[in-house]
Amino acid sequence: MRDLVVIGAGPAGLAAAVAAATAGLDVALVDAGRRPGGQYYRHHAAETGRLHHDWDAFVRLRGALDRLTYLPGHRVWHVEDGFTVHALTGDRDERPVRIGARALVVATGAHDRSLPFPGWDLPGVLTAGGAQALLKGDRVTAGERIVVAGTGPFLLPVATGLAGAGATIAGVFEANRPYGFARHVARHPDKAREGAGYAALLARHRIPYRTGHAVVAAHGDDRVEAVTVARLDRDWAPVRERVIACDTVAVGHGFTPQLELPLQLGCATRMDADGSLVVAVDVAQRTSVPGVYAAGETTGVGGAQLSLVEGELAGLAVAEAAGGVAPDPAGVQRLLARRRRLRAFAAAMHAAYPVRPGWMDRLRDDTLVCRCEEVTCGRLAEAAELGATGPRSAKLLSRAGMGRCQGRVCGYATAWLTTGVCGRIPGPEDLLGTARRPIAQPVRLRDLAGEPENPRDENHPINPA
Amino acid sequence: MSQFVFEGRPVPFEPGQSIGAALTAAGIRSWRTTRFGGRPRGLYCGIGVCFDCLVTVNDRPSLRACMVEAREGDTVEGGDRDA
Amino acid sequence: MVIVGGGVVGAACAYYAARAGLTVTVVERGAVAGGTTGAGEGNLLVSDKEPGPELDLAVLSSARWAELAAEDGLGAAVEYEPKGGLVVAETEEGVAGLAGLAVEQRAAGVDAVEVPAAELTGYEPHLAPDLAGGMFYPQDAQVQPMLAAAHLLRASGAEVRTGVTVTGMLRSGDRVTGVRTDRGDLAAGAVVNAAGTWGGEVAALAGVTVPILPRRGFILVTEPLPPLIRHKVYAAEYVANVASDDEGLESSAVVEGTPAGTILIGASRERVGFDRTLSMAALRRLARQAIRLFPALGDVAAIRAYCGFRPYCPDHLPVIGPDPRAEGLLHACGHEGAGIGLAAATGHLLAQSLTGAPPDLDLHPFRPDRFPEHP
Ligand SMILES: Cc1cc2nc3c(=O)[nH]c(=O)nc-3n(C[C@H](O)[C@H](O)[C@H](O)COP(=O)(O)OP(=O)(O)OC[C@H]3O[C@@H](n4cnc5c(N)ncnc54)[C@H](O)[C@@H]3O)c2cc1C
Ligand SMILES: Cc1cc2nc3c(=O)[nH]c(=O)nc-3n(C[C@H](O)[C@H](O)[C@H](O)COP(=O)(O)OP(=O)(O)OC[C@H]3O[C@@H](n4cnc5c(N)ncnc54)[C@H](O)[C@@H]3O)c2cc1C
Ligand code: FES
Repeated sequence: MRDLVVIGAGPAGLAAAVAAATAGLDVALVDAGRRPGGQYYRHHAAETGRLHHDWDAFVRLRGALDRLTYLPGHRVWHVEDGFTVHALTGDRDERPVRIGARALVVATGAHDRSLPFPGWDLPGVLTAGGAQALLKGDRVTAGERIVVAGTGPFLLPVATGLAGAGATIAGVFEANRPYGFARHVARHPDKAREGAGYAALLARHRIPYRTGHAVVAAHGDDRVEAVTVARLDRDWAPVRERVIACDTVAVGHGFTPQLELPLQLGCATRMDADGSLVVAVDVAQRTSVPGVYAAGETTGVGGAQLSLVEGELAGLAVAEAAGGVAPDPAGVQRLLARRRRLRAFAAAMHAAYPVRPGWMDRLRDDTLVCRCEEVTCGRLAEAAELGATGPRSAKLLSRAGMGRCQGRVCGYATAWLTTGVCGRIPGPEDLLGTARRPIAQPVRLRDLAGEPENPRDENHPINPA
Repeated sequence: MSQFVFEGRPVPFEPGQSIGAALTAAGIRSWRTTRFGGRPRGLYCGIGVCFDCLVTVNDRPSLRACMVEAREGDTVEGGDRDA
Repeated sequence: MVIVGGGVVGAACAYYAARAGLTVTVVERGAVAGGTTGAGEGNLLVSDKEPGPELDLAVLSSARWAELAAEDGLGAAVEYEPKGGLVVAETEEGVAGLAGLAVEQRAAGVDAVEVPAAELTGYEPHLAPDLAGGMFYPQDAQVQPMLAAAHLLRASGAEVRTGVTVTGMLRSGDRVTGVRTDRGDLAAGAVVNAAGTWGGEVAALAGVTVPILPRRGFILVTEPLPPLIRHKVYAAEYVANVASDDEGLESSAVVEGTPAGTILIGASRERVGFDRTLSMAALRRLARQAIRLFPALGDVAAIRAYCGFRPYCPDHLPVIGPDPRAEGLLHACGHEGAGIGLAAATGHLLAQSLTGAPPDLDLHPFRPDRFPEHP
């Protein structure tokens, strides 16, 4: 039984685990990834940090991993109250692992939020984060002539990173017109510096950056060959269109926090300013379930720096609750102040880069919404006619969200489409209906069947490290 | 450079690269077809979330190509067990 | 008339009542099939029932479902598959037990074909090789429950009001004359309580007691596979579990393929109130039983699990028919783990009762006032 198990080794989880371990707790850090760092610090096996901001912070945290038990390549599929963490390890010769814990920090981050458009299932259309992960983790550019589109400041590092690696960026198409946002950026010297850097890189690589534009269709037979880009009105309805040749499209519309584990535990959630469901936490990053803390993007999308701060606060809070070393009050005050500032910045970002209902105008009856079960927009409309009133009931009547990804990719879009017909926009209940996954990762029946009857009776949890 | 075999053809990879990344770098954009529409699929999310990128590695089906690190001598086929 | 509940039972009642010429409004607080119907598996079984009123109802319902499926487009829309059920036994005693049960079931109109051990793989090629024998039930069939409810409602032409909660009954003296909802009153010549697991609460609105409790069930869903399993397959102990009064966890998994390619394994049976927390013990047993029947499933991944709450009465029989304690109120609820299978006959019998036609089956065993009154 560990004092603390931290799930997720991104900025938040790393900071939490290191803070708690430094304060004397017996900590295990469990992560699905092959290397520590999560999405932001995703890196190649022979990384030098060239592609990364804040690489020093990561090197410090990585250097502290010897204070704890770090378990890479462990996919958590379920967490039982009490707590027992059920994971699977081994990328081909998979085996089950259980770890007992007195406290948990959930730092599972987020994944790209997808909005469908005709042709988005063609090979060569990727999420913006996916293109970034390929570049940072594998040093592979997703294509040669790339269109970057969607909304949010994240499109900038993606486009400039790919250009720096030699790809031609045919354009960055930002659906919003975030005029007022510069004012907020100016208040944060590091963000301002980062922004100026992107602007210089866009100029250097001659990358066209268009606000109020979107990719509304991708074309090609068995891979993407071109996209239709439209100028959008304020509500994102397409106004004027043109076709641009490309072999790759990287699209992102913000991020969706990964909440399956906190929902398994019964943690309360709330709707954040970006329209995502997030875990509700108090000032010490505590969730509504005693002993369960959450940090980073699971509590609201706000970038790696905020994740680092929240993670450290969570780690310190767990350590204090466990009777470990009391944290230095001045240090905590600094962290709290920083969290306040970064959260305010995130709120301004969400206000400047919303998703507008006009995104649905690009869909046709035969546009896929659920990629796994191949459910089209038309079939969702039929489900609504049959009596579905939101994404959960639409799933039962159309299979949208029932496939392997369990609605991670289509859930957000399905929530818009199925509430739209009832004249609503998605609320927290709708999003909850797409976020519950009692089995968070595929688990072989053999491994399920082999689970011993009374895992918590065991003195020593299985621990491969 | 190391390599694995994808549907009979050698695909080079750098140590530490995922199978999906190596395929993409080799210009292979899709390696599986969907079970209803027969549509081609490759990488989409890149981080193990979407399950679009499934491959069979050394007869182990339904693995996510973006999550599995390539190893010298691997035999990789596209698709999951339903294809 | 007004039907409270847009699950499969309410939908079947709407369908048969509309066909009998009644004007029907269905009031559903959530979405169509959003209750237990949305958590069910869609087995239409006669094989798992012991002789008695429930088996009679199941046999009647099996014939009604076959008729419904033959109607224009309806069979395909609800994914009706008359695939048959195969019950297997691990031991010679088990085989003998099956044979004994089959004799009685045949007397009630059930078709049951003995399958010697050597012929089992002819039915199911991937079945474990060491089973002692089995019984094949051609009448066992399958529908997709959510689509079944939705398409029966659509075919009924009833007015369906989703997102509307019944909060009370309109009364004229002792007579129920309609329902009060959070969106206004609805007058009706008759009110049907088809609120499933919540049927007790709706009955209470009319001042009568119908003891309905939740019995939790988990279902495991695998990744999609090429066709591997042809029929509904389950082990003989299942029949004993269904009728059990034990409070604890029991299950003998029915294993079957679906048109979507996934394999459904379910379901467990536990009386734990409305607790949705995943039970590792339940999943473990489901997985073990599935692998026991089909060893190849050991390497197949589960991608999903879900649970629902079967509506059950102390005597494990549903409540069907007019309530003598509250004129104008009828019940069609409490179908436990067989509501999808029994829905067609339930709707049919209720329509007969509403129109005064002679019932195809004696409703006495299902009468709402058969339970001792609690204070
Ligand atoms: C694909 C992608 C790429 C991104 N790239 C950048 C970028 O380059 N620059 C930038 O500023 N922002 C990027 N972001 C935004 C990013 O979310 C934040 O910058 C930051 O990484 C958030 O930190 P975090 O610690 O909250 O979560 P993350 O960094 O997302 O870390 C979460 C960790 O939890 C693990 N995990 C999740 N579920 C499980 C499970 N069930 N079992 C075990 N482990 C699990 C994940 O593998 C991951 O390592 C990216 C986001 C995505 C989705
Ligand atoms: C895991 C599991 C597996 C199962 N497998 C099978 C199977 O294979 N075969 C089979 O035949 N059966 C099966 N069942 C049983 C079957 O699902 C149920 O018996 C059946 O769905 C009951 O249908 P219903 O219409 O009575 O109830 P429900 O579907 O629950 O419908 C009742 C409706 O009433 C609504 N309601 C309640 N109160 C109010 C109110 N005050 N106002 C308005 N609306 C209200 C609810 O929202 C609900 O939608 C299974 C059940 C479970 C849990
Ligand atoms: S690309 Fe999405 S899971 Fe591999």
